Amino acid sequence: MTTMRYWQALNRALDAEMAEDDAVLLLGEDVGLYGGTYRVSEGLLAKYGEWRVRDTPISENSFTGLGVGAAMLGLRPVVEIMTINFALLAMDAIVNMAAKIPFMSGGQFPMPLTVRMPGGVARQLGAQHSQRLEAMFLGVPGLRIVVPATPQDAYWQLRQAIRSDDPILVLEHELLYFTEGEVDENLPAPPLHQAICRRAGTDLTCISYSRMVSVAEAAAEQLAKDGIAMEIIDLRSLNPVDWDRCMHSVEKTHRALILAEDPRFGGVSGELTATLQERCFYWLDAPIGRLAGLDIPTPFNGALEAASIPRVADVVTAAKALLSPDKER
Amino acid sequence: MDRDTIRTMLRDMLRARAFEEAAAQAYAQGEIAGFLHLYPGEEAVAVGVLHAAEPGDYVVSTYREHVHALVRGIPAAAIFAELLGKKTGVSGGMGGSMHLFDRERRFLGGYAIVGETFPIALGAAYAVAYRQLPEAVLCFFGDGAVNQGTFHESLNMAALWRLPILFVCENNRYQIGTEIHRHSAVTEIYKRACGYGIPAEKVDGMDVLAVHEATRRALARVRAGEGPQFLEMETYRFRGHSMADPGSYRPTVEVQAYEANDPIAATLRGVEFHYPSADELGSGHDCIQGFCDHCCQEGHLDEAALARLRQEVADEIAAARDFARQSPAPSMDDAWAALLRNRRYDRLFEEQAP
Repeated sequence: MTTMRYWQALNRALDAEMAEDDAVLLLGEDVGLYGGTYRVSEGLLAKYGEWRVRDTPISENSFTGLGVGAAMLGLRPVVEIMTINFALLAMDAIVNMAAKIPFMSGGQFPMPLTVRMPGGVARQLGAQHSQRLEAMFLGVPGLRIVVPATPQDAYWQLRQAIRSDDPILVLEHELLYFTEGEVDENLPAPPLHQAICRRAGTDLTCISYSRMVSVAEAAAEQLAKDGIAMEIIDLRSLNPVDWDRCMHSVEKTHRALILAEDPRFGGVSGELTATLQERCFYWLDAPIGRLAGLDIPTPFNGALEAASIPRVADVVTAAKALLSPDKER
Repeated sequence: MDRDTIRTMLRDMLRARAFEEAAAQAYAQGEIAGFLHLYPGEEAVAVGVLHAAEPGDYVVSTYREHVHALVRGIPAAAIFAELLGKKTGVSGGMGGSMHLFDRERRFLGGYAIVGETFPIALGAAYAVAYRQLPEAVLCFFGDGAVNQGTFHESLNMAALWRLPILFVCENNRYQIGTEIHRHSAVTEIYKRACGYGIPAEKVDGMDVLAVHEATRRALARVRAGEGPQFLEMETYRFRGHSMADPGSYRPTVEVQAYEANDPIAATLRGVEFHYPSADELGSGHDCIQGFCDHCCQEGHLDEAALARLRQEVADEIAAARDFARQSPAPSMDDAWAALLRNRRYDRLFEEQAP
C-alpha cells in the first residue's frame, strides 16, 4: 500500500502494463518528451523508446484512428487525448471506427484500444476547456466507459482497460490528478465496471461518479451532523452501469439522489434516473432526486463557474429535501 | 510478365465485372437493399495493384470494395452472401456491402465514411513497423477523399515515421456528382503527396499492366524502407456513384469515351490475335475489352480460351449468387455475439450483488 497522487497511479499503471506486454504503446500529443500535460506518462519515453511512447502531431482524428488500426493488428494502444474537448475532433475514429469495427466485421477483429482523456470543470479554463461530454459517448453501443474517482481506481481500472479486447474510454477529471490516496498494487481489484459503496448509510442513496463522489462525501459529512446517514455509490463505470448495486442500495434506503457534473438536459443523470425509476419504483418513498450541471456553457468567472455545477451545499439541500416529502422541492 | 500472371489478371478482371453486374441485377430485383457502389470501369486498378502485392500485405478499402475483396481471395460466395446480409457473409451479415472484413486474408475492411482508410492504414503500418515485419499496407481511396483532414494528417504521420504504406488513389474524377475541377483546387492529385515529401506518380488506371508495373516498383521502395509511396490511378466508373445514382451529371460523350476504354477490353486486346473491327476502333477504351484484346494479340490466349474463361467466370458468379440466396439469415443472437465477442474474457461485475 502506497500513498500516491491520481496522476502517479495512472503513470504506475501504464508502466506496469508496458513492462508486462510489449504490445502496449502510448500515443498522443506531448506524451513523450514532455511527459504528458498532467505528467501521466512521465519517464516512460526514456524507459520504452519512441516506438512505444509516441509524440504525435496535433491530429486527433488520425492519431486516434492510428490506435484503431494498430489495435486491429493486435497491439494494445493507449491513446491520450489531451482533453475530452479535443475528442470532438476524434469522434469519427472513436464512434465510427473503434465502436463499429468489431461488430461490423462479425466479431472478427478485437479492438484492444484504450482512450484516456481528462475533462470536467477545472479552474477557470473557459467554456471550450471545461466540458463534460460523457453523455455523448453513452449513446454509442460498442464503447465501454470508466470514470475512476480515486488513485486506487485510476490504477486498476486503467490496467484492466488496457487488458480488455474492447475499446474503452477512461475519463479522468482534471481536478483529480493531484488528489492523493492509497494505492494497493497487489490487491485483487474489483471488476472493471463494478460500482462501489464509498460510504454506508440508511436514509438515502447518493449515486455519483468521478470528481462528484468527493462532493457527495463532503456533503455526507455535513448531513451526518444533522443525523442523516447518506449512502454513497460510486458508479466507477458509465457503460455498462452496475444497476444491481444501485438497486440493492435503493432497496435499503428507499430514496435516491443522482449527482452528476455534466449538464442536466440530455446528460448522464437523466439516463440513470430513468432506468432506476423503472427498476426501483415500488421501493421509492420519494421521486428520484437529480442534481447536475446547469445547461449553460461554463462561464469563465470563477464564482459563476463554481455555481454552474453541483456544490456541497447543493447536495446537502437536495438530500434534506428528499427526506421531507411534504416540502416543495 | 509471365503468361500465367497475365491470364490470372484477366480472369480477375472478368470476375470483377461479372460479380458487379450480378450484384446490380440482384439489387434491381430487390435481393440487395441499402447502398450498393459498383466498380465497373475501374477493374484495372484493383487487379493491377493487388496482383503486385504479397499475400501478407494488409488491404484497407472504401465502400466501393467488393472487387478489392474478390481479388484479394475472399470467395465470391462469401461476398455475395454479405451483400444479401446473410450469416454466411464474410462479415456474418453484420457489415453489408460497404463493410467487408476478412481477418484471415488481412482485409481490414471497407469503410463508409470518406477518409477513414487513411488512419486505419496508418495504424496497421505503425504496427508492422513497430514489429519490424516485412509487410506493406495498401490504402485505397477516391479522389473525393483527398479533401478530408485525415488525408493530410495521415500522410504527414506516415511520412514523418516512414511507415510502410502504399497510398492508392482511385481517381474516377467524381466525388459522387461533383466533378474534380469543382472539388479540388489542385486536380493533379499525385502532386498533393509532394507536400509531405512522399514520392508520387500518376498512372493510367485503365491499363492493368501499367498499374501492375507502377505498383510493383512502388512496393519495392516501401519494402526497401523508403517510407510511404503514392500512386494516382486515373480511372473512371461506368455506373453512377451507387445504384441510387443514374450518373446523369456526366456528359454522355464522356461516359462513352471511357467505356470505349474498358480496362477488361483493353486487357483482352492483347490476349489473342485479333484485328479490331470498325465498331471497336470507333469505340473508346473499356479497360477490360482493351486487356482482352491485348492478351489475344500477344498470343496469351485465343478466342476459344477467352470464351471458356468467360463461361467459367459466369458459372462461378452464378454459383456465388445461388449460395447467397440459399444461405440462412443471422439471428439477433448472432448480432449480440458479434458485439460481445471481445469481452468474453472480461468480468464486468461480481456475479452476486452484495
